[in-house]
Amino acid sequence: MVLDHRFHAIDTFRSALTIVVDPIRYVVNLPSDVIDWASGSFASHSTLEEENETLKTQNRLLKSKLQKYAELKAENANLKALLKSAEQHEEILERVLVTEILSVDLDPFRRKFVINKGTSHDIYKGQPIIGAQGVIGKVVNVGPLSSTVLVITDASHSLPVQINRNGVRAIAVGVPQNNQLELLHQPNNADILVDDLLVTSGLGCTFPDGYPVGRVVDIVTNPSLPFAKITVQPTAHLDRDREALLVWPSFGGNKQADCKGPQEEEIGQR
Amino acid sequence: MGIANRHGTAIILMSFVIALMLTVMPLPDWAEEIRPQWVVMVLIYWAMALPQRVNVGTAWIMGLLLDVVNDAVLGQHALALAIIVFLTAHLHQRLRVFPQSQQAIVIFVFCVIYSLIVLWIKGITGTAPSVWLIVIPSFTTAIVWPLAFIILRHARRFYRVS
Repeated sequence: MVLDHRFHAIDTFRSALTIVVDPIRYVVNLPSDVIDWASGSFASHSTLEEENETLKTQNRLLKSKLQKYAELKAENANLKALLKSAEQHEEILERVLVTEILSVDLDPFRRKFVINKGTSHDIYKGQPIIGAQGVIGKVVNVGPLSSTVLVITDASHSLPVQINRNGVRAIAVGVPQNNQLELLHQPNNADILVDDLLVTSGLGCTFPDGYPVGRVVDIVTNPSLPFAKITVQPTAHLDRDREALLVWPSFGGNKQADCKGPQEEEIGQR
Repeated sequence: MGIANRHGTAIILMSFVIALMLTVMPLPDWAEEIRPQWVVMVLIYWAMALPQRVNVGTAWIMGLLLDVVNDAVLGQHALALAIIVFLTAHLHQRLRVFPQSQQAIVIFVFCVIYSLIVLWIKGITGTAPSVWLIVIPSFTTAIVWPLAFIILRHARRFYRVS
């Protein structure tokens, strides 16, 4: 147990055992898969048409936003060239992979879930995973065909974030009881307001920077306590999504010196 | 009893697989906290009925699988299950003649011991939940026990597992 908890010395043994356990997970997941499939194939023609229409509209909107983004990207590159910035042009869109979340229950007191991708899809330990609305968590255990993800609201998860408005940096720690996050060690007079958007800061070399994490919902300042109690509501639908995106972060540009990238780091540890 | 007259290994394996499946079956949040400890129940039954077949080693292997299924620290459930099966094997002759209500009480005590060992290991690794919440599954396990006992005994007699 000490070997597993402290040194991750028997990770290969664990991933071998995962092969035995995977069929059980996939069989348990089967009913919800069947329900998904059934609701897809028995949906009425009009419902599908409606859905198609909404998706088309949404797609058009997103495409128009993307045009704006391409322009901004070019402008940004130009400005950087004008300033002769040392920062190299950085590809913002990272390599991603869509994964399905298996409906399998783990320990009820932890915030974890199982995904249907593993080492055979190049997944590595510590890989960030995001949803359509924001960061969900990171991979903690990988098997050949499935992996376990630790959600950002787990008590043992901390995430380096910064406030989008002014760049104030903080550490967001999970509060599993109400599925929220809390910012640690912020002084009572810190420049943080309710409804501020938090994004990942890219420090810590696990999560790429700039992904939304949550919004500040509550700030309690008590002069008798050294720090303010700041509660954050995650933007991602942590318990409703059935699918998520695995991200291969590219720590390009000037961060390369500080971040070797998680994969290289892991190889270095062995 | 030699290897020659061993019957129904498949049935024992099946019961373990079903127990593991019930352990990870998705449930609503309120039901998740009262989920009976299926693997403990099945292991205790076999250790009580056929202590020469299901022993501490079996419990250890099942515990490792349970650790992987639950994504817990490897060895956490293995240790707890091994201790429970040791106790069961030690008391199996007495447990067999108990009426079912009395059996259920013993199962409750075993489950509490099991939960406390798991809680203790979780405490050391820094992920311990509240103590009272972990006792609730022990209650439900004791309540479900008579039913599980009847089903497993029926399966054992029907397939002549020995």
